[in-house]
Amino acid sequence: MTQRTMIEAIQNAHDVAMERDDKVVVFGEDVGFFGGVFRCTAGLQAKYGKNRCFDTPINELGIVGTAVGMAAYGIKPIVEIQFADYVYPAYDQIVSEAARIRHRSGGDFTCPLVIRMPAGGGIFGGQTHSQSPEALFTHVAGLKTVVPSNPQDAKGLLLAAIEDPDPVVILEPKRLYNGPFDGHHEKPIVPWKKHPLGEVDDGYYITEIGKAATAREGSDVTILAYGTMVYVAIAAAEEAGIDAEVIDLRSLVPLDTDAIKASVEKTGRCVIVHEATRTSGFGAELMSVVQELCFYFLEAPIIRVTGWDTPYPHAQEWDYFPGPARVIENLHKVMGA
Amino acid sequence: MGSTSKPLYLHVPEPGCRPGDKPDFSDFEMPRAGETRRPESDTSPEDMRDLAFSIVRVLNAEGKAVGPWAGTLSIEKLQLGLRHMMTLRAFDERMMMAQRQGKTSFYLQCLGEEAVACAFRQAMQPGDMHFPTYRQAGLLIAGGYPLESMMNQIYSNANDPIKGRQLPTMYSSKEFGFFTISGNLGTQFVQAVGWSMASAISGDTKIAAAWIGDGSTSESDFHAAMVFASTYQVPVILNVVNNQWAISTFQGMARGNSATFASRGHGFGIPSIRVDGNDYLAVHAVAMWAAERARLGFGPTMIEHVTYRAGGHTSSDDPSSYRAEGEGSAWPLGDPIERLKNHLISLGEWSESRHAQVTAELMDEVKHAQKSAEAVGTMTSGKSSSSRDIFEGVYETMPAHLIAQRQEAGY
Ligand SMILES: Cc1ncc(C[n+]2csc(CCOP(=O)(O)OP(=O)(O)O)c2C)c(N)n1
Ligand SMILES: [Mg+2]
Repeated sequence: MTQRTMIEAIQNAHDVAMERDDKVVVFGEDVGFFGGVFRCTAGLQAKYGKNRCFDTPINELGIVGTAVGMAAYGIKPIVEIQFADYVYPAYDQIVSEAARIRHRSGGDFTCPLVIRMPAGGGIFGGQTHSQSPEALFTHVAGLKTVVPSNPQDAKGLLLAAIEDPDPVVILEPKRLYNGPFDGHHEKPIVPWKKHPLGEVDDGYYITEIGKAATAREGSDVTILAYGTMVYVAIAAAEEAGIDAEVIDLRSLVPLDTDAIKASVEKTGRCVIVHEATRTSGFGAELMSVVQELCFYFLEAPIIRVTGWDTPYPHAQEWDYFPGPARVIENLHKVMGA
Repeated sequence: MGSTSKPLYLHVPEPGCRPGDKPDFSDFEMPRAGETRRPESDTSPEDMRDLAFSIVRVLNAEGKAVGPWAGTLSIEKLQLGLRHMMTLRAFDERMMMAQRQGKTSFYLQCLGEEAVACAFRQAMQPGDMHFPTYRQAGLLIAGGYPLESMMNQIYSNANDPIKGRQLPTMYSSKEFGFFTISGNLGTQFVQAVGWSMASAISGDTKIAAAWIGDGSTSESDFHAAMVFASTYQVPVILNVVNNQWAISTFQGMARGNSATFASRGHGFGIPSIRVDGNDYLAVHAVAMWAAERARLGFGPTMIEHVTYRAGGHTSSDDPSSYRAEGEGSAWPLGDPIERLKNHLISLGEWSESRHAQVTAELMDEVKHAQKSAEAVGTMTSGKSSSSRDIFEGVYETMPAHLIAQRQEAGY
């Protein structure tokens, strides 16, 4: 075990994977010499050489498109999109190509590649450094989409993604890179280096894709969350004095419906929290799943707390971000019903 | 002949120097001032391919304006140009400081590349439209846009013209011919082509200028812009600002470390020219030439402005971890303000003491604007932009579901 930030855990996952398998290559904008604008690939070029970790031209279509070609050849690309907000030029390569190559070629070609991208807000990044576009990936058949919420899972999910035979999109909540953030922006965070969840296993291990974790046990209501919202949900439950069970989904597709079902059957109530915009957000999918699987156990309508259906603002960030106050209000609502 | 096979390897371009190395621009080919020819604006593209491999330079080492591109600006205009660049530099200095003092979240300066946007703006006419990147604040300053409005935007205060919605420096002003800046690289380049197509479709006389950084020429939008511009012979000026760096990535990464950015235009039959971006006179002359080509119906021109990003990428960046120390001072094209100042001094139209006096005067002007903006508010004090503005302006008419969300938010 070593105490690591989420950034260091991700860097370490790359290192472990590259050490284990010389087919693993890592590339993206500023990831080579500099080690990435968030430092998630620091030192890899110096250690493994320019053939295995390199800078690219600024062209996201090119980054993902070449990764698809490499995966077809049989090497294992991990690419970084500098911010999730810049993935759109690559969308065609992800949706029409990476996601479908196995199916359309009858298994003749496959596309095991990993696309990492920092996502989410809370850093005053405005509309082009704050988005949570997970629903644009979860809607696509053939892709897996995961969102870690702590250093141990960030490393384990990345190592699992590298070994996965199909394309995996990893959205890394950048607001969690240095420590868990519960939405109380006026208070300093406890850095991962001083946090029990900052303890990361050394060497190789995986966190299975498709398995949720229970971030807080409780019996009154189930909160379904992922990424930054896991900590917002925990803070809200504690401040409201409501014994909520917080499920950290970790993997959106495939989704751990067993864990969701077990928890909601136990509590009979469900609040869904995500940072992304509401309409057609992943919360809509979660609501359907809960409705389909747990209808007869529900004692109140399911509620979702989300970002507003607007672009992510710059200055008014904290009136956009679904912080503890909004979650608390909705917890009371669902308990009162 | 039989072929032998040997193991292949991936070629990854590298800059000449990195931290710890001695800055070295010895392979930077720089023609003497006055050396590059000036063809008539109706010359066919095939007959001026050489311009994409040379560099138009007007100011020589003694500060004299020489050669066929000299003489496009009066003394008054040169003095005004110097004041614009000095204003921009003072503005950047104060706003970088304001960012460090926590008055705003972020800042992006233009240090070292002031001549590019300031001189270019002087060659354009009212009604023309710029599609800028975040590093062309000089277009606004040289266009007479109020400094205080820029600061209101930077502070996201109650008078921010774009209502706190965008990152500092992502200005927008239709009135001043400045298209709203996107944080997504490259998108504006092809939009400028579309705007110019609309001018042509409408039988108008306006032209547009597209702007993009060296690194961002890799984006597909750049190539889409060129194919449309060449197919429809669009009245547009395609500006590439080659400031040598794209965050930590050197400019060679975007062009395979071969040829030049300007020569990218040749594959599309677009006349392309390189200019000394730190030479106010040269940028202005080349811009005038390209604008004339566009206005006379000769179609698009690509201009590569060769300059240097003297500062960090943004307030969040520390270039010392990826750039060699002293690279900026080794840069062979010097500093644009110094060069124009020396030129005016050599003409007897400026002096060191006047320069010092104007520097102080312009700094006062900037501080005055800053005081007014801060009296309204900064990101941490005073009157900020309203949270109601999160919801306003998503659509022209707010749909019912957004009204409900706005009410839920309490606004
Ligand atoms: C589509 C997209 N990809 C990546 C980024 C992240 N990014 C912001 S600025 C930058 C470097 C741009 O360099 P260049 O085009 O040379 O312009 P300069 O900053 O030097 O003016 C990068 C990679 C972005 N903003 N948009
Ligand atoms: Mg650049």
